[in-house]
Amino acid sequence: MSNATLPLPTLKPADYASDQEVRWCPGCGDYSVLAQTKKILAKLGVERNNTVFVSGIGCSSRFPYYMNTYGFHSIHGRAPTIASGLKLARPDLNVWIATGDGDALAIGGNHMLHLIRRNVNLKVLLFNNRIYGLTKGQYSPTTAKGTKTKSSPMGSLDAPMRPLSFALGVGSTFAARSMATDVKHLEYVLERAAKHVGTAFVEIYQNCVIFNDGVFESMSEKDLKADHTVYAEHGKPLVFGKNRDKGIRLNRLVPEIVNVANHPDEILVHDERESTSAQAFLLSNLSQPDFPEPFGVFRAIERDTLDALVYDQIHAAQAAKPDAELQSLLNGSETWVTA
Amino acid sequence: MCPSDFPDCECGTTDTLHPPTEQHRKQSISVPSVTIRFVGDSGDGMQLVGTQFSDVSALMGNDISTLPDYPSEIRAPAGTIAGVSGYQVQFASSDVFTPGDEVDTLVAMNPAALRANLASVRPGGHVIVNEDAFTAAELKKAGYQGNPIEGESLAGYRLVKVPIDRLTAETLKTSGLTPKQIERCKNFFSLGVICWLYDRPLEPTLHYIDAKFGKKLPAVAAANSAVLRAGYDFSETAEFFPVQYKVDKAKLKAGKYRKVTGNEGVALGLVTAAKLAGKQLFYGSYPITPATDILHNLADMKAHGVVTFQAEDEIAGIGSAIGASYGGSLAATGTSGPGMALKTEAIGLAVMTELPLVIVNVQRGGPSTGLPTKTEQSDLFQAVLGRNGECPLPVIAATSPSDCFNAALEAATLAIKYMTPVVVLTDGYIANSAEPWLIPNISDLQPIKVQHPTDPATYHPYSRNADGARPWAIPGTPGLEHRIGGLEKQDITGNLSGDPANHHRMVQLRAEKVANAKPAGAPWIWTGPESADLLLLGWGGTYGAIKAATLELQAAGVSVAACQIRYVNPLPADLGDALKRFKKILVPELNLGQLVMLIRAKYLIDAIPFSKVRGQPFTVSEIVRAANECLQGKHPVIFNDAPAAVATSEG
Repeated sequence: MSNATLPLPTLKPADYASDQEVRWCPGCGDYSVLAQTKKILAKLGVERNNTVFVSGIGCSSRFPYYMNTYGFHSIHGRAPTIASGLKLARPDLNVWIATGDGDALAIGGNHMLHLIRRNVNLKVLLFNNRIYGLTKGQYSPTTAKGTKTKSSPMGSLDAPMRPLSFALGVGSTFAARSMATDVKHLEYVLERAAKHVGTAFVEIYQNCVIFNDGVFESMSEKDLKADHTVYAEHGKPLVFGKNRDKGIRLNRLVPEIVNVANHPDEILVHDERESTSAQAFLLSNLSQPDFPEPFGVFRAIERDTLDALVYDQIHAAQAAKPDAELQSLLNGSETWVTA
Repeated sequence: MCPSDFPDCECGTTDTLHPPTEQHRKQSISVPSVTIRFVGDSGDGMQLVGTQFSDVSALMGNDISTLPDYPSEIRAPAGTIAGVSGYQVQFASSDVFTPGDEVDTLVAMNPAALRANLASVRPGGHVIVNEDAFTAAELKKAGYQGNPIEGESLAGYRLVKVPIDRLTAETLKTSGLTPKQIERCKNFFSLGVICWLYDRPLEPTLHYIDAKFGKKLPAVAAANSAVLRAGYDFSETAEFFPVQYKVDKAKLKAGKYRKVTGNEGVALGLVTAAKLAGKQLFYGSYPITPATDILHNLADMKAHGVVTFQAEDEIAGIGSAIGASYGGSLAATGTSGPGMALKTEAIGLAVMTELPLVIVNVQRGGPSTGLPTKTEQSDLFQAVLGRNGECPLPVIAATSPSDCFNAALEAATLAIKYMTPVVVLTDGYIANSAEPWLIPNISDLQPIKVQHPTDPATYHPYSRNADGARPWAIPGTPGLEHRIGGLEKQDITGNLSGDPANHHRMVQLRAEKVANAKPAGAPWIWTGPESADLLLLGWGGTYGAIKAATLELQAAGVSVAACQIRYVNPLPADLGDALKRFKKILVPELNLGQLVMLIRAKYLIDAIPFSKVRGQPFTVSEIVRAANECLQGKHPVIFNDAPAAVATSEG
């Protein structure tokens, strides 16, 4: 099909599929993420040979096997380290990380923190199903407190974390949330992420049909969704509800739900470019059941990427020493000669 | 005849330490080698003067070997034994293999330093003390009851009391510096004293001071220079020293030399390997003693295109290197034992994905945090065996500071040739020690052949060449898109495979690849005959002490040879046969017997361990004694107060 000497023909989503049989459970949300990813790569004309998917361990980390790009299925939690090294060595590549809530936030939490803080120019797909699937159903860092699992028969005791609050807390330049079942929105968010320069952190709610089925039901079911979700769009008020009559406003620093008709000018207007991330952080704190679950691009700002900064320094050092020769480096500052 | 250092003395006394006479004064005596130890508080600048003295000696053409010895606390309480920092250097007119067993001249800046180091001084050696520091308060902090520099307690040494504090202050009274700044100059006074005693020129040090402080702090530069000169002139004028010592140039192999430490050697070896492979060097690492200087050195090589990444932890250090290797860089990571433990799972990933990677372990005292600034050789098992699954990789052990360059270069060569991670074992001793290094000419070095496949028609991710290596296909290559990872792969295709027979085959293929890997440098270094009563079998950084001991034993007529192994995995192909030509084999190691266990297991030979685990390298005399005891049929033990390495059965 492809020919190394000619420009690649325009690819269709199917061209990004590898020859490997996809082995997620029937009904798993991962299928949709795979499909939307292929779709936006085709849409953006991304070259397969210049694209690498790196993953850790878990159901979602099988993702690279199903993409006909370069792929690296690494070890638990460490995808950000491998992807960072790859991107620093090869800034020309499009690097994506496929990871899950356990992989990215439990065993790999430290790496994720530093990846985001450094703003390495790569994309993170965080498949959040709020459960450990591959090890057959233990509570994860995002599992709701009190959830009964095999390792928490009387209910889990750990307070769950909010991945987007975490990302924003360590300086995320792109933080977004979508849902595997919301195909159009997911496609939109993934496309935004792909175009972002810097670490794009995308949390994707994804239902585990086996071990945590229905955990996102209120946000995905047709008749429930409108009242239980709010879609943040830049420059638009945070309005939701079947009749779009409810909105979120700030009472001092505390968000509250009000009737839009009664407070038409007080509804919070979403600003994904706000410089402090305070508003995005506030949004990331809203969750079911007290608030509608927010979706959308919470934050998208520009900041220097680590990969660019690293090469800026290298180029500056090379410019300052254009005649740097290895032999003189080996010689060092003091030499002597014996006859 | 006078038993002192004066060869032509006719004083007639038999007192070793008879006072200097007019006849002795201002003579100069040639000696073959000298060991000096500078000791003081960790804030006293002893590392600096020790390094500077070594540099000058190397520039003068001596062979040198140095040993910095400092506490893990940056500033332990001043004046205490815990805060003592030392720097030992042996310089000689012949080959030097160690920093010296016994100290000829000790320079002690305070009572604690004297107390902690006096035992290392040979009887009759010089003990030069800063007498101003021997106050009641300082003596108490050091745990002295009385004052050792008064009375007879140091009668067996040539005690020289120099009022360094006062003379430094006097020299700088018009300098305009604060008392604190003046205090900081006193280390240069001691250096001046020693430079006179051993007839070293001041110019290189004056040049150093100017380069370091001249531009930014001209007053400090002037002060240090003045104090250095004052120390030198004081020694020349005062009658403390009856004689000046000279150490002639060593007859080193002809060529251009520099001084190099092991950590510098590793950094230079890696950047050279990258150049020879036509690759960018990527170094991902997390700070850890005593390996951090490798990162420091490489971070300063940006002009050579080196990418360094100070990662968030040890795992990220190696993870980033694996990612860079996958991307086509020459990638390396460096650490010490505890960091090596953290990297273990990722090393397994590199073995499974068969990516080239250099992993440097600068061994230190363990287990756990252990003795961070002290040396040890106790990570051999960890390097060779310490991973889950059947997880083989080549392991190269550097034998000296300059050999760290070779080891790093060879490791990169093997890593690329065999598509495998390679471990380089150095240790805290050779990492921080320095010696003269015959600088290689880049154009004389072999290029490292690198092949990246480009033809989709013939590419298979897990096909193998004659060396057993899989192809290094790098992202960006059209048509070679493929997936790798930690799961077992199907032979040739690289697709996931849980097939039992395939797994067995893949385990064997990986093992055979490493077992058959050909050394990229000397697999071992031999000293002496191919057959003898005794073989001293060592590995890595104990080379100098074992070699010196072997030469000493041979000179005494003992039938002995030494073999220092550089390739600890796979072991040298002929080792088994070579060992059979010796009646006895003694294995000195800075651990409880790791190489000896591998040797016994692999060759069914009754090799005898000789263990030292004290955070210090072997002295030559320890190995000489152990060798003699071994020949007498004993199992040598390092010190009487140390437990035997191997429990022996009753009877």
